[in-house]
Amino acid sequence: MALVSRICARTLLQASASSTARSLHTTPAPQQQQAPIEGAKRTTCTLIPGDGVGPEIVYSLQEVFKAADVPVDFETYFLSEVNPILSAKLEDVTSSIMKNKVCIKGILATPDYSVEGELQTLNMKLRNELDLYANVVHVRSLPGVKTRHKNIDCVIIREQTEGEYSALEHESVPGIVECLKIITAKKSMRIAKFAFDYATKNNRKKVTAVHKANIMKLGDGLFLKCVEEMSKLYPRIHFEKMIVDNTTMQLVSNPNQFDVMVTPNLYGNIIDNIASGLVGGAGVVAGASYSAETVVFEPGARHTFAQAVGKNVANPTAMLLCGAKLLRHINLHSYSDVIVNAITKVLEQGKVRTKDLGGQSTTQDFTKAVIYNLH
Amino acid sequence: MALRLSRLIQTPMLTRGYPLVVAKEKSEEKAHTKSALQKKTTTKIPRAQYGGRNAVTMLPGGGIGPELMKYVRDVFHFAGVPIDFEVIDIDPSTEGNDDLDYAITSIKRNGVAIKGNIETKSEELGAVSRNVALRNELDLYVNVLHCKSYPGIATRHPNIDVIIVRQNTEGEYAMLEHESVPGVVESMKVVTDENAERVARFAFEYAKNNGRKKVTTIHKANIMKLSDGLFLEVSKRVAKDYPNLEHNNMIIDNCCMQLVSNPYQFDVMNMTNLYGTIVSNVLCGLSGGAGLYSGRNYGDHYAIFEPGTRNTGTAIAGKNIANPIAMLNSAVDMLVHLGHNDHAQVISEAIYQTISEDNLRTPDIGGTASSTDVIENIMKVLSKKRVHWQHGVIRNPERKSKLKLNFLKAKNLARKIQRCDNRYYSGCPNSIR
Repeated sequence: MALVSRICARTLLQASASSTARSLHTTPAPQQQQAPIEGAKRTTCTLIPGDGVGPEIVYSLQEVFKAADVPVDFETYFLSEVNPILSAKLEDVTSSIMKNKVCIKGILATPDYSVEGELQTLNMKLRNELDLYANVVHVRSLPGVKTRHKNIDCVIIREQTEGEYSALEHESVPGIVECLKIITAKKSMRIAKFAFDYATKNNRKKVTAVHKANIMKLGDGLFLKCVEEMSKLYPRIHFEKMIVDNTTMQLVSNPNQFDVMVTPNLYGNIIDNIASGLVGGAGVVAGASYSAETVVFEPGARHTFAQAVGKNVANPTAMLLCGAKLLRHINLHSYSDVIVNAITKVLEQGKVRTKDLGGQSTTQDFTKAVIYNLH
Repeated sequence: MALRLSRLIQTPMLTRGYPLVVAKEKSEEKAHTKSALQKKTTTKIPRAQYGGRNAVTMLPGGGIGPELMKYVRDVFHFAGVPIDFEVIDIDPSTEGNDDLDYAITSIKRNGVAIKGNIETKSEELGAVSRNVALRNELDLYVNVLHCKSYPGIATRHPNIDVIIVRQNTEGEYAMLEHESVPGVVESMKVVTDENAERVARFAFEYAKNNGRKKVTTIHKANIMKLSDGLFLEVSKRVAKDYPNLEHNNMIIDNCCMQLVSNPYQFDVMNMTNLYGTIVSNVLCGLSGGAGLYSGRNYGDHYAIFEPGTRNTGTAIAGKNIANPIAMLNSAVDMLVHLGHNDHAQVISEAIYQTISEDNLRTPDIGGTASSTDVIENIMKVLSKKRVHWQHGVIRNPERKSKLKLNFLKAKNLARKIQRCDNRYYSGCPNSIR
């Protein structure tokens, strides 16, 4: 009963609060319409600031876009699982993304314990709703960022709508919990094709399938079989497979051997994080989630950095790179290049560094430095 | 008799007319009858569309192909078209067919391709025309060419508007020839009930959906009583399902004469392979030449877009006088096929304006401009109204592709093309609609 009343109260509150909440959290940067540049129509992009430091780094992104005169407008929705009262409705957000087909998203925090007994997190719901099946994280060593390994350049492609994240768990007998991992041929083929097409498009030479088929012979076995089958359609791309435990070891000892990696859901998540850690952490790696129709750009390693909220210390590089990727995706290459060059310059000079890269500068300083280097 | 003949030659579509692959298999001594490539068609390959961007195979081919493709890429880049091309160059000088096999695999992955004409240099007996091999392997059974005059281009007959629907995979192009006795060569023309029906259905559906009035079947059944007879018989049978459309037939030789003297009597034309290539060349010649019109090849799973008349144009390659319009038009067709209607519309408007209003034309259609002049002008027009990102269109990502009946397949396809045509011409002023 308590549960029911809580849910009722929450939905009521949400309904009444969503309008005011949105106005509270709309873009801090004023959005005046600028004259169209080079005859381009302005593009609208959905923006989900997310939890933790999300709003701060999104603000940084907006500042940079404004300074670079980028013809992109944002449609902001505050979506949050830990703050359900302020959160916009998922339907509104998804319909906005379907309309705009592009979205920039911060990280949504997911609580360890479910309050309502629901197993699906908001992130998972969003992905399933939009069918964002492919997560791409391009892990690349950045100039001026001191790391153990040099010249890392690999792409991790992760299936993110099934596998361990199917949210199918139950306690069959008290004390015994069964958690289902779902692998389907259809989705495995789809992600495999995505990986190989990505490799073809970006002139990559090798695709590595990461699996644990020696233990999960049926589940991961199917995944592996599908990727193998798809690889035959791509005779000019080298295909190899590697067991996930070995992959993690190889990644930390010799990461340069990897090119494109294709993984099921959970392994992808782990490998994303390892690889991001190798090049400087969650603050510098951008990622993107693709469906057939839409694409959501978000930082590659998903950490909200909640302990730093309001301290002005978060590194906005990941978000800025997401923005650059967005511009590339919507055919605004020149703007994208300008922003990437500015970031590279700032990192190379190394004068302005946020705390995670061993500096003392603030988010704001970094943003200003990027803007200063734009032209 | 006709039926018996057609049964006799019902070898699987893909093994027929592609002897190169078979030959290779033999040399590799593989036990299975199908090549690895052909087996792959059985699994359904997901569409190559990611985040609203499509991957498309581009085969520049020989002659003027590469330069025209460069223009297409330039215009697409400028207009912000969300297409990523996978360019595959087929080296005409090589004897082997590795590149071609790779190109076919690539089209199977991407589903859609844009191509120039590929040269086949080899005079060797086993060597098949690469263009034909491509069509057969992908089972692109129908070729559509919409010949619609651009105002302003001086031709003998103005305002031509004829659609040619051509069987694309069999007929005289079956490539079954042999020398039975020294000095006597037999060449087989293959007409099958199944393929004739697919094409006829397509023609009638197309006519119906585009508000056309008449379908004319072109044949030579007075001489080839069995093969062309079957083709004609099937089209008559199909015509019964479309009581609102007029159907008549005409013998190919008469048809050619009628075309050059009075082309206005034709509306939609339905014909076998060789007649199709002749008639489309005649018609294009009447209304502006090889450089204007685009051709579309459709199968049940794949689509290839190319210039309407398949000429390599080796003689004018590199001279900056090749007409880029045909290739651009086929690129527009491709965009419509993929559902990028806004982009298709602005580009076709820009093409129209350049040719018919700004009077910038290449020498082949009576102008003095160079290819680059035309492209620059198209870009200039585009710069005022280009689209960077298409909003607000929520398309169904999974198009139904597996329909069992030929009838439904043709219907579906024709509907798709109707959408295509409506969009294509909706951008142009009423005068040419």
